[in-house]
Amino acid sequence: MCETFAMANEKAQHPPVRFETHPDRYKNVELSFPAEYGGEVACIALDIKEDGGLRPGYPLKLNSYDLGVDLELADAVNRVRFEHPEVKAVLVASKKDRIFCSGANIYMLGSSTHAFKVNFCKFTNETRLWLEELSAEGGVPTIAALNGTASGGGYELAIACDEIVLVEDGSSAVSYPEAPLLAVLPGTGGLTRLTDKRKIRRDLADAFSTVAEGVRGKRAVQWGLVDEAPPRAKFDEAVIRRTKDLVARSKRKKGAKMVLNPLSPKRETDRVEYTYVTVELERAARKATITVRAPSGSEPQTPDELAKKGDAAWLVRMARELDDALLDLRFNQPEIGVVALLTKGDAKDVLAAEKILLAHDADGLVSEVRLQLKRVLKRLDMTAKSLFCLVEPGSCFAGVLLELLLASDRVFMKDVEDVFVEVSPAQAGLFPMGNGLSRLESRFLGTPSQVGKLLEHKEPLDTQSALDRGLVTFAPDDLDWDDEVRIAFEERAAMSPDAMTGMEQNLRFGGPETLETKIFARLSAWQNWIFQRPNAVGEKGALTLYGRPERPEFDFNRT
Amino acid sequence: MSNVNNDRIPNNVSLSDDKRLQRALEAWQPSFLSWWNDMGPFGFQKDDVFLRTATSVTSEGWANFDYVKMPEYRWGIFLADPTKDRKIGFGDNMGQPVWQQIPGEHRNALRRLIVTQGDTEPASVEQQRLLGHTCPSVYDLRNLFQVNVEEGRHLWAMVYLLHSYFGRDGREEAEALLERRSGDPDKPRILGAFNEPCTEWLSFFMFTFFTDRDGKYQLLALSESSFDPLSRTTRFMLTEEAHHMFVGETGVLRMVERTASQMKELGLEHPDDVRKAGLLDLPLIQRYLNLWYALSLDLFGGEISSNAANFFAAGLKGRAKEERYEDHVALDSFYDMEVVRDGKLGREQVPLRNAMNEVLRDEYVEDCQRGVDKWNRTIAAHGIPFELKLPHRRFYRQVGISANVPFDPSGKMISKDQFEAQKGEWLPTEADKAYVQSIMQKPVFDPKQMANWIAPPKQGIKGRAVDFEYVRHT
Repeated sequence: MCETFAMANEKAQHPPVRFETHPDRYKNVELSFPAEYGGEVACIALDIKEDGGLRPGYPLKLNSYDLGVDLELADAVNRVRFEHPEVKAVLVASKKDRIFCSGANIYMLGSSTHAFKVNFCKFTNETRLWLEELSAEGGVPTIAALNGTASGGGYELAIACDEIVLVEDGSSAVSYPEAPLLAVLPGTGGLTRLTDKRKIRRDLADAFSTVAEGVRGKRAVQWGLVDEAPPRAKFDEAVIRRTKDLVARSKRKKGAKMVLNPLSPKRETDRVEYTYVTVELERAARKATITVRAPSGSEPQTPDELAKKGDAAWLVRMARELDDALLDLRFNQPEIGVVALLTKGDAKDVLAAEKILLAHDADGLVSEVRLQLKRVLKRLDMTAKSLFCLVEPGSCFAGVLLELLLASDRVFMKDVEDVFVEVSPAQAGLFPMGNGLSRLESRFLGTPSQVGKLLEHKEPLDTQSALDRGLVTFAPDDLDWDDEVRIAFEERAAMSPDAMTGMEQNLRFGGPETLETKIFARLSAWQNWIFQRPNAVGEKGALTLYGRPERPEFDFNRT
Repeated sequence: MSNVNNDRIPNNVSLSDDKRLQRALEAWQPSFLSWWNDMGPFGFQKDDVFLRTATSVTSEGWANFDYVKMPEYRWGIFLADPTKDRKIGFGDNMGQPVWQQIPGEHRNALRRLIVTQGDTEPASVEQQRLLGHTCPSVYDLRNLFQVNVEEGRHLWAMVYLLHSYFGRDGREEAEALLERRSGDPDKPRILGAFNEPCTEWLSFFMFTFFTDRDGKYQLLALSESSFDPLSRTTRFMLTEEAHHMFVGETGVLRMVERTASQMKELGLEHPDDVRKAGLLDLPLIQRYLNLWYALSLDLFGGEISSNAANFFAAGLKGRAKEERYEDHVALDSFYDMEVVRDGKLGREQVPLRNAMNEVLRDEYVEDCQRGVDKWNRTIAAHGIPFELKLPHRRFYRQVGISANVPFDPSGKMISKDQFEAQKGEWLPTEADKAYVQSIMQKPVFDPKQMANWIAPPKQGIKGRAVDFEYVRHT
């Protein structure tokens, strides 16, 4: 235990996190397709090994998880989407006896830097939202089978599923012990989902969230925390019955299978080279440049062609590479503050490649490709780096790649003749943001008519037209470009990273609130405030003293 | 001494002055009786049993002996007399007055402690409900029932606390105590040992020696509690618990005595020959001892425990006989512990508060050893060269840092294969179980008789002869 504390306090340097995995390499998650459902159900089961953590120093007891576990969970969901079109429902379960999951490992959190913790929580939140999207848009409903207690993040994982079955054995419970035990809050959208998703009465949610041991079977059903609480002997039966009902209700579109192969980028110290994406780092300037290249040659136009081309298809490959690059920047490059977003290639190729998304959304695989792009673009929206888009000759900000421009905090477009951006039907809601609006709609909250006008405009826009139509922030000419851009980056990189993160997150998500925006906004609030306050992490804070002999002492002043 | 009333629920807590509580307990009473009739001793509910009933906590009052039909046993609520100006004796609030009401801050933790303790009481009654049909003597039958009714009373004691101090949650927990069932996979009892089958008398005596002794130490630790009603309740329970351990200690002693004396008399050496004489061979007794000792050690919880630290810091649960220790805050000391880390044994300095379960376990181990020594003196007195041994505390554990790591009874780490290969030497085998069942099939209901595999006790109960008709079985 002392050893653990020593490690916890060191916050040692760790090797970089890698985000790709594969069911064959999972350590803690098992992806299976049980025979009793004729292969139409994917079972994602947690069997977390105590020594299965991504980093040393914290045994993952009682099915508690760390980032490594969540990467496997996210991968499993993605494999179901692409590699298992036959699957019609997902069952989230535990392979451990009498314990479902006890949430994020406390000692892992204690031994992590603040930045890592925030990014860990952000990633786990994204994965939970993926599960919800899998059901809402992928037509694959989900169910959590709680064969034992689900506490903290364990219940948050369950509540991200459509249905929850909890065994009633007199001791298994669902619980949020964060507030009473650790003086923090559930960090994976758990509180928001109580009220907004399961629509649990606020006073009951309040009671539930302050009792460390949680709520068991009968009352959990009464309060709406779970859907059913059968005794142990009837538990499997109930899970099977409900899962079969979900299969019957599934609205999954028919589509071909696509195998996702490893990306195998070339990594150098300050450069990562993927097929369609390059990341270059200028560490001293705290700057990264992401360049996304247009496809070259013909891209699939029909579902059959897409299935044949497999994961080499530009839309798929580019999205996966951008996703990996963003996670790499988030977790492994904390000091990078500003990201330049560039594109290279012919806009015609981009627009030709994206046509399939517009023409064939009824196909299951095409639809999954679109949803993946949607998720990656959201990942960009949620990345705590300043995003500056640079539009220069030879770039191709058109259609799906115009979303990168629209996601940026600022857009610089060189005022020269041969540079264009182009709006396509893809901007009409193919890739909605977390607030439910398209990036174009979010941009023109004050002048909504501008959205329709831009969508009707079927031609490339030169710098002046783009500036006039509100797509561009600044348009320096050839002479000023280098200096203007350099100064803008230097200025930005010099500002407080906390203030910038907070400001950007405020400004990026104008317009309506959704479950998703609420979850992330409140996550920022609690991560950056409650989690930083002495009552949690001070010398006498509850989180600091968890597992230690002393008891916490609170400053009882309310703000 | 507060007034003892002898209404439906004998008590010394002025129950008749608290109508709300009285009504709550009177409402719970039928559920309890229906549980007792369903899950209590099977087949003896109409018999007169010579039982001890507590009607007050004074030396005359707590042990009234008479014939009682078990369902008419008067389960009462008794708290040891209050200690004037009692102060908190350990933890962060040391020296402050003890609590007569529960501080809200500790409500959940206390409820959990009380529910966990309370759950063991009906559990053991359930585990033992069929034992009457294989009793080795009427004397032992009576002792079994005495243990059973008192476990029932201890349940009442915990339920009283739940009803008095924990509101609706407490009432629900009190109901749940009657709903869980020992060994039922659907609704198991909370702690592992209380779901293990206890279907013959060898296990019963081991259970009352080892498992009830865990109860003794838990009660000793709870009797230090800052929550005064819990302290007073558990102090009185301890007086009754002593008899349960007496049953276990003398039960094993009498089995050992019988085996050793017959080995000597008949010149038996090999266990097979001992079995041919219908006796419990000593290696077999050792294997049962190993099993029940390990199961009971688990009940103390993890060696390194944040719960234990919290309970101590908050003053909810102390150490057994806390006054014998010098440092009652225990914040700056460490416990030098042998631990398993990454598959190897090593030593670690554990903050003392986090090691409180282990501190309590230390006391328990020492207490068990005293009993084992007595048994060994009996064996030695007959000149039999055999010694019963407590296995190492790492052996066959399911809870804590040694859980599911294979160790031999001397505490040496071995491979899983080795453990599997030698398991039959260390733990009861199927053949052992079948043999034990085979010699304990027939009950002995004639007060003059004693089963072959056990020696008669040295004396009877409350001055009665050993062959007194302690149970009038019809």
